[in-house]
Amino acid sequence: MTSKTIYHWIDERLGLSELAAFARHKTVPVHAQSFWYYWGGISLFLFLVQCFTGVLLLVYYRPGAEAYESVRQITFVMHFGWLIRSAHAWSANLMIFAILVHMFSVYFMKAYRKPREFGWLSGMALLGIASVFGFSGYLLPMDELSYFATKVGLQIPAVIPFVGPAVANMLRGGPDVSEFTVQRFFALHVVVLPAIFLPLLAFHLWLVQRHGNAVPPSVEALPPEQRKNMPSFPNFVRKDLAMWLISLNILALLASVFPWALGKQADSLVPAPAGIHPEWYFMSPFEMLKLLGMVKWLQGEPGEIAGILLFTLGIVLWILIPFYDINKESGQRARAAHYFGLLAVFALLATTVIGYWTIR
Amino acid sequence: MMSDPIVSGERIALPEGTHLQPFVEEPGETTTRRFFLAAAGAAGLLYTAALAYPIYRYLASPEEIALSATAVTEVTLKDAQKLPLASVLMFKFGAAPAMLIHHEDGRWISMTAVCTHLGCTVQYEPQADRIHCACHGGVYNAYTGANVSGPPPKPLKLFKVAVNEAGVEVSRA
Repeated sequence: MTSKTIYHWIDERLGLSELAAFARHKTVPVHAQSFWYYWGGISLFLFLVQCFTGVLLLVYYRPGAEAYESVRQITFVMHFGWLIRSAHAWSANLMIFAILVHMFSVYFMKAYRKPREFGWLSGMALLGIASVFGFSGYLLPMDELSYFATKVGLQIPAVIPFVGPAVANMLRGGPDVSEFTVQRFFALHVVVLPAIFLPLLAFHLWLVQRHGNAVPPSVEALPPEQRKNMPSFPNFVRKDLAMWLISLNILALLASVFPWALGKQADSLVPAPAGIHPEWYFMSPFEMLKLLGMVKWLQGEPGEIAGILLFTLGIVLWILIPFYDINKESGQRARAAHYFGLLAVFALLATTVIGYWTIR
Repeated sequence: MMSDPIVSGERIALPEGTHLQPFVEEPGETTTRRFFLAAAGAAGLLYTAALAYPIYRYLASPEEIALSATAVTEVTLKDAQKLPLASVLMFKFGAAPAMLIHHEDGRWISMTAVCTHLGCTVQYEPQADRIHCACHGGVYNAYTGANVSGPPPKPLKLFKVAVNEAGVEVSRA
């Protein structure tokens, strides 16, 4: 009785029942590939975990000269600080993984086609920002590994002709990775990137609800009466939440059983330890650049520039796929796009494996 | 009931208010259902508690560190015996500020420096030979810690002082 009165009071002012009626009409397609629909939601959930654990870390983290000491305190002094930090690091990696799975499933289901081009473009931008999140966050503990990984990573923009060194110095805040780098990476990581990421994410989610889920071409070819759907609310939402719970359990297990390590404090006078390598999601581009530099007539700086150009070209082609593969019928272009996707997956996996294989 | 209704076609074409499947409850099913809901609720509560506990402990860490610092019963102030007459030395007794006063007449007095009114750090004024709190004008006696005027409800707690050639030892009275 009272809860009904309260609901009525709120409904009159906010129009909840309109929203409920709207939600009732939403459906999600059911077919053999439906499993892939969960990966966007999983990415979103892991992003929320990032926000939550990130704020908790912010409670004790101090950027600048004290960065390492504060992370040491979080890890070894504050109760369960190791767990919060471990959850943040693990969830970051799982989030990148989930976004990649989401991206490739969208690619191979050709879900980027009209009218979903903006969904694809905003998704690619979100992936780009997520990787900058990863790169900037990696430096914040300022241990040996993060120090040298950042040093090496910032050498890549440094080889861009003319503006490269200035860009690298701007990112570093000086000629070398130092407390100034941590300070500006921190500002980037907790203020600038979220400020760009959140509105883009809202746009991306709004597009999803506007256009609904895309179906793969094989399902699209079926007559409407042979296609199956389930109500979005509560059926799909319930399954989505179950996926979130599974993700949370996997995350909790990984974060507590394999706590994220903290290396020795970064010291520019100490030689780089063996086995310095980028995070797994940067391993592939890093290795591609390295391999291109080994080609005989590309050695030295021209090789590096050619590598960056080739790599950039690949990414641009990937981003522009909705404008190339436009036909609903599976013509020659559609097949070319499909093979381009397979090639990308193969190149990513192969270079990642080679990268880990050749760590000295 | 638990399985998802599968509807064919792009959109559900059912008119408003119609149900996909009539829900018929068997006799005895109500108790099973109630038991299931109670169990699910309890599991959810446990799960939430398991998540909330580490977060609470994490956020409460400084409090616990400060609490272990209050277990301090004695502080040695090196070279404090050289403190000139009519002056004060501020130091930390555990987690809280405290002061060591060397009075004009040579007497050593030590007491907590936390105002009993609203917790500001008080200050020793040698000219007036009194302890004053700038926040709300509380005044204490600089020898006994007694609250003399203003809002403070209680006196400042005195510590025991022992002076030797190496320094000054302050301990809980």
